[in-house]
Amino acid sequence: MPKLIKRGQIVDDPWQRVDPDANANATGEHQILSLEQWLQLPEKSGRAVQLEPGQAPSPLFEHLDQIPLVAVYFPVFTDGRGFSYGRELREHGYKGELRASGHFLREQLSYLHRCGFDAFLMEDEPSLEEALPRLADFSEYYQASIDQPLPLFRRRG
Amino acid sequence: MYVYDEYDQAIVDQRVNQFRGQTARFLAGQLSDAEFLPLRLQNGLYIQRLAPMLRIAVPYGLLNSTKLRKLAEITRVFDKGYAHVSTRQNIQLNWPRLEEVPDILAELATVQMHAIQTSGNCIRNTTTDQYAGVATDELEDPRPYCEIIRQWSTLHPEFAFLPRKFKIAVCGSREDRAAIYAHDIGIELVANASGEIGCRILAGGGLGRTPVIGSVVCDWLDKKHLLTYLEAILRVYNQNGRRDNKFKARIKILVKAMGVDAFREAVEQEWAAIKDGPATLTEEEIARAKSFFTDPAYLTLDDTAARAGLAQQLGAEPIFGNWVRRNTVEHRVPGYRIVNISLKATGFAPGDITDRQLELVADLADRYAFGEVRSTHQQNLVLADVQMDQLYPLWQELQAAGLATPNLGYLTDIICCPGGDYCSLANAKSIPVAEAIQARFEDLDYLYDLGPIELNISGCMNACGHHHIGHIGILGVDKKGQEFYQVSLGGSQAKDASIGKILGPSFSQSAMPDVIDRILGTYLDLRQEEEVFLDTYRRVGIEPFKERVYAKAD
Ligand code: SF4
Repeated sequence: MPKLIKRGQIVDDPWQRVDPDANANATGEHQILSLEQWLQLPEKSGRAVQLEPGQAPSPLFEHLDQIPLVAVYFPVFTDGRGFSYGRELREHGYKGELRASGHFLREQLSYLHRCGFDAFLMEDEPSLEEALPRLADFSEYYQASIDQPLPLFRRRG
Repeated sequence: MYVYDEYDQAIVDQRVNQFRGQTARFLAGQLSDAEFLPLRLQNGLYIQRLAPMLRIAVPYGLLNSTKLRKLAEITRVFDKGYAHVSTRQNIQLNWPRLEEVPDILAELATVQMHAIQTSGNCIRNTTTDQYAGVATDELEDPRPYCEIIRQWSTLHPEFAFLPRKFKIAVCGSREDRAAIYAHDIGIELVANASGEIGCRILAGGGLGRTPVIGSVVCDWLDKKHLLTYLEAILRVYNQNGRRDNKFKARIKILVKAMGVDAFREAVEQEWAAIKDGPATLTEEEIARAKSFFTDPAYLTLDDTAARAGLAQQLGAEPIFGNWVRRNTVEHRVPGYRIVNISLKATGFAPGDITDRQLELVADLADRYAFGEVRSTHQQNLVLADVQMDQLYPLWQELQAAGLATPNLGYLTDIICCPGGDYCSLANAKSIPVAEAIQARFEDLDYLYDLGPIELNISGCMNACGHHHIGHIGILGVDKKGQEFYQVSLGGSQAKDASIGKILGPSFSQSAMPDVIDRILGTYLDLRQEEEVFLDTYRRVGIEPFKERVYAKAD
């Protein structure tokens, strides 16, 4: 089973992408659907979905408490749209697994984490053990973010 | 000047550590060129034509003598003994070694400096008026808001991989000395109908390939909403800005494509979700930011007596008089003046300063100006608070060090990017063109007779030399592998901002001084009474200039 970083641990990943052309209704447990497939589902409860760059998360907003996992895909590490998607999902109250997947770097883990991501499926990372500590590159930040909703100016002593 | 507490220091120190690790991984072959690229850029490091270039952040152009001395030491130990003031008020080193950059950053951190986000597709150094806090036409000091924006934008987790670079400028005075209309976001401090000062927010201005003047997105915003509103703009841009074509990726293209009304609507929608949230500024935070920009210990001086004394000295020594008239500016406090240190001496690349000069300026700042120094986007330095009766000894010392060229705002005070001598993106060299023009028009009487003229040179379309908004703009272009120069006229960076119009076919490097000579000749023939170059140009248009410049010799 492939591994990923989840809530600060390296764990097995039971989830799989579904062929985007498959009939969504025929798919089973632990499968991640494309947005198109997911939107067609009559019953969305318990079904995971992946957003690609250009697919803003707003169609998910009214179902957030039913979704166990949202994956945000990074085709290249320089495409930063997913950072905003993650943050918007959390700001709208999403509590489930928020996964970054695809081609991003361990250098980006701390920023992704601050934008609300709690799981990281890294296609280009040879050592998750070495990548893991990079979640904590910084102990302090200025801005309000998902992991620290108060900006520094409301926390300074 | 803002002073770091343990939080600020921890953030900067941890950033140095992070970059040290990234550099080591790159040198060990664990990060590819493509992966290291955005990481090093966000720490100010370019790989240039001849060597790496390191761009050190000077937040809103504010420095002090301690920082200058450290910069001088760094240029000596790690570079070739000089630095360059950029058109974004930053300081650039042209010859650092890649392996040593983490050490340079660690040195900078000891004096509360860094190179964070001075490059790359992220929010860059916020710039402002070089006369902030001392200008006579100021409504409110913009620096506290610049510092608030600096902190908010520093290592912002959501906006480090934008479609393209993003520049913010703030202005708090009647005259716009920060070119806010030419920025991705421009912020102007303005009073509303009931006299309360807030922010007018412009978006979508910018230079580069498609120069655009910014549009008003919000006429008046309560200051407490500043950060959430900026966040909303950035979020619309991050999600919708084009990423398929780097020449269409700036926010100006998005604002144009959506139309400013639709853009504003999208911003307001994003804003609604975060407005009044925790990122809303508190009164205490604004007060805290303001507390770092209070008045130095000004003496109570008799303005009339000070002016009379100065007038006497001006009469006695005309060279000093030239310098006072051209390079010093009215100060809001009686008995004081603002002093500009011109880094535009003939024979030196515009904006360059040596290690010894940096140290001298540090000493002069300590002795004459409360230890504070500023850098300007015209690539000069400023001592903001000098007593009038100290101008003469200060001038003598500047003069002896080659730092008193009395040309501020005149033709030879050229804004010039590093161009083909250093920059790997360049189409053409820019420094030799600036030097040739400076050498040709060195005669001060002629310069003063011409009146104020802004001449800006960029080595390519990226427009780091702001050529579009120069009264005279020069742009390096590549014609079949040869370096040529396109000239434009009528640009302006003032509140009546305008983009220059292209004169016609481009010229060879050696022709440039003659071309400028003909442009100036046309202006001198046509000008009326007290007109300055830009007035005459706006009255007569580009045709007479075209005719004269392209006339066949008979
Ligand atoms: S304008 Fe072009 S040549 Fe000049 S510094 Fe910028 S990128 Fe380099």
